[in-house]
Amino acid sequence: MTLNRFLILLLPEITLTVVAFLVFILDLIIGGDEVRERRLQWFAFLGVLLALVATILIWPLAEAGGLPVAFDVGPGFGGDVVPMMTLDGLALFFKLITVLMLAIIILSAGEYVKVHTPFRGEFYAFVLLAGLSIMLASAATNLVMIYLSIEFLSITSYVLTGYLRDDVRSTEAAIKYFIYGAAASAVMLYGFSLLYGATGATGLVEIATALATGSVTLRWLVFPALVMVLAGLGFKIALVPFHQWSPDAYEGAPTPVTAFLSVGPKAAGFAVLIRFLIVALPAFQVNWSAMLAGVAILTMSLGNLIALWQTNVKRMLAYSSIAQAGYMLIGLAALAPLAESWTNGLNALLLYLFAYLFTNLGAFAVVIAVEDRTGSANLPDFSGLIRRSPFLAVSMLVFLLSLIGIPPTGGFMGKLFVFGAAVQRQMILLAVIGVLNSVISVYYYYKIMRPMLFERADDAEPIRVTPSMRLVVGFSLAMVLAIAIYAEPFIRLATESAQLLLAARF
Amino acid sequence: MNFPFLTLIIFIPLVGAIIIALIPRNREREIKWFSVIVSLFPLVLSIVVWVLFKVGGGMQFVDEALWIPTLDVYYRVGVDGISVPMVFLTTLLTTLSLFYSAYTIKVRVKEFFALFLLLEMGMIGVFLALDLVLFYFFWEIGLVPMFLLIGIWGQPKDRPQYSAIKFFLYTLVGSVAMLLAFIGIYLTSGTWNILEIPLVGPLADNPALAVAAFWAIFLAFAIKVPMWPFHTWLPDAHTAAPTAGSVILAGVLLKLGGYGFIRILLPFFPVLFKQFAPFIGIIALISMIYGALVSMAQWDLKRLIAYSSVSHMGFFTLGLVAASATLNTAEPVLNSRAIALDGAVLQMFNHGIITGGLFFLVGVIYERTHTCDLKAFGGLSAKLPVYYGVMLMTALASLGLPGLAGFISEFMVFRGAFAIMPTYAIIGVIAIVLGAAYILWKIIQYIFLGEFSKEKWSAIFDPEHWHFSLDMARFEIVTMVPLLFFMLLVGIYPAPILNVINAASTALLSGLL
Repeated sequence: MTLNRFLILLLPEITLTVVAFLVFILDLIIGGDEVRERRLQWFAFLGVLLALVATILIWPLAEAGGLPVAFDVGPGFGGDVVPMMTLDGLALFFKLITVLMLAIIILSAGEYVKVHTPFRGEFYAFVLLAGLSIMLASAATNLVMIYLSIEFLSITSYVLTGYLRDDVRSTEAAIKYFIYGAAASAVMLYGFSLLYGATGATGLVEIATALATGSVTLRWLVFPALVMVLAGLGFKIALVPFHQWSPDAYEGAPTPVTAFLSVGPKAAGFAVLIRFLIVALPAFQVNWSAMLAGVAILTMSLGNLIALWQTNVKRMLAYSSIAQAGYMLIGLAALAPLAESWTNGLNALLLYLFAYLFTNLGAFAVVIAVEDRTGSANLPDFSGLIRRSPFLAVSMLVFLLSLIGIPPTGGFMGKLFVFGAAVQRQMILLAVIGVLNSVISVYYYYKIMRPMLFERADDAEPIRVTPSMRLVVGFSLAMVLAIAIYAEPFIRLATESAQLLLAARF
Repeated sequence: MNFPFLTLIIFIPLVGAIIIALIPRNREREIKWFSVIVSLFPLVLSIVVWVLFKVGGGMQFVDEALWIPTLDVYYRVGVDGISVPMVFLTTLLTTLSLFYSAYTIKVRVKEFFALFLLLEMGMIGVFLALDLVLFYFFWEIGLVPMFLLIGIWGQPKDRPQYSAIKFFLYTLVGSVAMLLAFIGIYLTSGTWNILEIPLVGPLADNPALAVAAFWAIFLAFAIKVPMWPFHTWLPDAHTAAPTAGSVILAGVLLKLGGYGFIRILLPFFPVLFKQFAPFIGIIALISMIYGALVSMAQWDLKRLIAYSSVSHMGFFTLGLVAASATLNTAEPVLNSRAIALDGAVLQMFNHGIITGGLFFLVGVIYERTHTCDLKAFGGLSAKLPVYYGVMLMTALASLGLPGLAGFISEFMVFRGAFAIMPTYAIIGVIAIVLGAAYILWKIIQYIFLGEFSKEKWSAIFDPEHWHFSLDMARFEIVTMVPLLFFMLLVGIYPAPILNVINAASTALLSGLL
């Protein structure tokens, strides 16, 4: 592969890197000027759009089984080139998820950042870098690269979580996140090392090959390695029992960062988990499928049950997003790679994640808009929202319905697919616990609906919605509805992304 | 492609709701009358469909389009003799409710009328959908507007928010169970088409799963009907809901469950239905008698009528059970089965007309006095003679007086059931006696008869808040006239509607042989 082609394949990542560093530099030059700082937001947004264009440009280049991203360094350097990344359906899908997420977060953060921190430009740069790390993680095919990109994501996330230096809760959140995170990475790294010790390889494909040829003598090491890696990634996704950090981090972090935390690390964690399990350990599907089913049940049930008691909306949505990850996990637990039918588990997970992206970010955008006006995000702050801003209230209602999984919303489509996968694999218990959980979840989503729709506000002043916020919420709303009403392209996107990976591995 | 009658019936309310959302909030008058006019379109179209409908012609006016190709989901709607009366019932009650609400709803007008039209879309969609995914979509779309109608416009003293979320949770439990069953059915039969699945015999290779799917779907519909012991959401919802909400709740929403039994559960699992018929029959009997007894014990007029709905929808279930209890048997019984099923469907229609009417009439007294407490009334027959007359007729229709609608359907249910499961029928008759008791004793006697007491009346009636005539106002009479007309028409000359229903139910039953 020539250098040119190599660079083309990395175009989205390169775009994000360049824009992020330009934002850093521009921030230094124009720092302190409010009007110009506002332009940085639009500049970062523009950069994300460019990354989106780049992603679409390289879309046709993906191949089933993945196109290794590496270039020949020439004989002078000696040795083989080990491709660290791949370009396949899954990688592209997550690049798309990442740029959409970045666009929404950057647009919705404007007011919040302006009010809460003097370091505004850097904020956008860090968000862009965090996005970059998700792209890298979802394309990584080598344990080393996986570890590095996940760490990259972690460090940017810690910084963002603790971004409000003078706010004790923000700092506390960052410290908690960091300590848990460091331990989780160490465990995951140890798992990787066991796997390397057993198979002598760090490439995911090579690991699978080594395990398949039966040349591995320490085969029993794979199982503890699997558990440890699951712990590390479970931390990123916030799966029970590795979730304890998330409510505190969510509540303490600046709200746009909370929105990011509820989608970004989860997406990265799922991307890596999917690739790791399907590419490296397809032979152990029996083991990890059962494990994931158990974790999914725990995650859904615990997330929902604890959410019932919350009074802070950010914290409630934190537990809600724990539960949502549990539903997604059903898809992977019920993976049926050779199924001829509409759902093979993986496409269910991807579709669910896609719908969840817009639903959750939309919901957080509403929370940010309310918080910008009221200064906090407790349930009473939502009183009478239908009067104060019908647009925000109706949008929030739709987002909450989507989180429950009621048609016509994207959340319903996601649930239809994941539960479909579970029923198909005859994992009836898993499906039943899943739907019961979505009934339980109604009650705490209702706790947000009740003040919003039924109660009167003490402060009846209308909430002004900035144009960028209007754009974000409107776009998310349109997407949430479109995924259900005009589902075909979205299902196709998820299915083809999944197919490109599955076809090569099974 | 034919003229898309049904598609228009479904989506005109949606368009209306969207337009209302764009009208400024303070143009209340325009919003009210615009939504009444919008609702006339589906009403007229549903009458046109009924007129053009060919009796015995199976599914008609089918609109079909591939909706989600990868999922094999079609947008497919159609009517047969069972859905035609239901659609008409829905559009009629919606128009009347909107008309009535135009006079009585005073707060958050814009939201009320937009939500009501959305609700109409969801309900009609359920009656017309011929694809399981589409059915599920509409089934759930109706849920949210009703939830909000109860929660927002309920009277604070009736705990509207509690009732609203209870309604939501109960329905959702059934819905999600049903969704899993639908998925299982699709995975084995390879189609979502409601008409094709019975031909395939869903889950035939896995009896245990078939039984699970049967009960999952049963649960969803039983909650909606509602059958004892899943009925407890209904009295709460009725008590809290605004008048128009109660009318639609009793008049149409309960029928969604009944319609689901006939359209989905019975054709999908005829053998299981037959097998469990004795058990479901017992549930029906308990609903009938228990509902009537509890009804008799109520002192709140709305709760009383709510429990009477449990009882009357039990009649429907009994008819359905009788129709399915002797599948695979020959001719003479087929007649009784068809009679039972006809009676069941007609019972749904009649209950919609009659109980819808009763709730409007509760609204009449409630708007004047702001109470539903039976002990607070008495001797009103002299004070409000027109109201007394209208209420008497509706109440008598409800208890099954010959010559009025209720009698025909109850008679047919029992005529069918006697031939097939006599013990059940004999026990069931008790409910009719009890029905007469609570209607005559509680409603008629406590509200209208006895001495009129001036103190009692002035304690509850506040002329400051009532701007229309003391006896039924013109808009209230106009609202009731179509309902009274149908009570009489069906009671005296039920042939037009029965022919339509009968052709469809015999076709359905002989298809199951």
